[in-house]
Amino acid sequence: MIPVAKEVGSLRAIASGGIVSPTGNPELPPEKEKQFRRELILRALQTLQQEV
Amino acid sequence: MEKKIRVVHYLNQFFAQIGGEDKADNGPGIKDGIIGPGRALQQALGDSGEIVATIFCGDNYFAEHQEQAIDELIRQMEPHKPDLLIAGPAFESGRYGIACGAISQAAQQRLQIAAVAGMDEDNVGASLYRKNIYIVNSGVSIAKMVPTLQTMAALGLKLARRDAIGKPVHEGYLPRGVKHNEFAAKPPAERAVDMLLAKLRGDEFVSEIAAPKFSGSKPAAPLRDLKSAVIALVTDGGLVPEGNPDNIEPGRPTRFTTIPIAGVASLAAEKYDAVHSGYDTAIANRDPNRLVPVDTMRALEREGAIGKLHEFVHSTGGAHAAVENATRIGQEIAQQLKSAGVTGVILTST
Repeated sequence: MIPVAKEVGSLRAIASGGIVSPTGNPELPPEKEKQFRRELILRALQTLQQEV
Repeated sequence: MEKKIRVVHYLNQFFAQIGGEDKADNGPGIKDGIIGPGRALQQALGDSGEIVATIFCGDNYFAEHQEQAIDELIRQMEPHKPDLLIAGPAFESGRYGIACGAISQAAQQRLQIAAVAGMDEDNVGASLYRKNIYIVNSGVSIAKMVPTLQTMAALGLKLARRDAIGKPVHEGYLPRGVKHNEFAAKPPAERAVDMLLAKLRGDEFVSEIAAPKFSGSKPAAPLRDLKSAVIALVTDGGLVPEGNPDNIEPGRPTRFTTIPIAGVASLAAEKYDAVHSGYDTAIANRDPNRLVPVDTMRALEREGAIGKLHEFVHSTGGAHAAVENATRIGQEIAQQLKSAGVTGVILTST
């Protein structure tokens, strides 16, 4: 979906956990999933600080 | 012989030979018969139609007093009992294009007559009026005056006689977004394969679906300081409070919902739902933080990594969204976020 986002002008886009769980990963045990979510969000916040 | 179609022609001050920009404040007027480009229009109409009068108005006057200008022009043309109004062509002149669109629409509605306007497809008047009136694409060059008037005359005569109107590409008008059912000689699968083969051969082919146009937007400046940032969470994954009180659509959205999350530490499964026809919502429903990460954002807020988590989540079900509606929904959400002092947004998409 990243190319779609960029095509329509959303330049600050990062790959998520997937279509059905953008900020999660149901395959992981709960604590690991939380860690996954936290890292993803930190990456999103970094992206907000980038020049595009 | 068929009755001659009575035609009124609309021109701006320049083409009506009153003057240039210095005369753009002139009010509406009318003259019997032909002025300027009307000669070429009359030739194109031939024996089928007759220009009985030409109406005109300064571009600035029309732009600044649109209601009065329309009232006056309609009042002036009515006694001539026209069957058809031909407006322009205005080429790429924005004020003239809007005037052509507005007077055409008014003639259709108030006098119940046929109308055709001419202008470039990128003229702002075209985007404003193309759904309601027939607009012939004149291009930007005045050198196309005669062929444009010929297309306008042919289409106008058909409309005035209530003849069947063919597709935009055949009749020369801008697509109005109107769909007609028709029988095709081949089923869709064969047509698609034909198109693909033509593409592979490098031959010409015409898609049956108009690709939507996206108007690019300028990205916001980067966030300088996360510790003072107000971050909002937005999603197109269809998050709603249990029961979907705003009744947002699971697909083809026309609106969004605003969910208060002040004091909410984490989205509890029993209090929220995902309503979306484009993906399997079961996994998000078991833990809605997988869709809108409120729990993580709260932790980061507590730790001081961000200034504040915005107290509302905006959400829509983005399946099969029409570009027009999606654009409007986005603008409305952005407006609310801006007035609330939000400085950054994380949008989770499914």
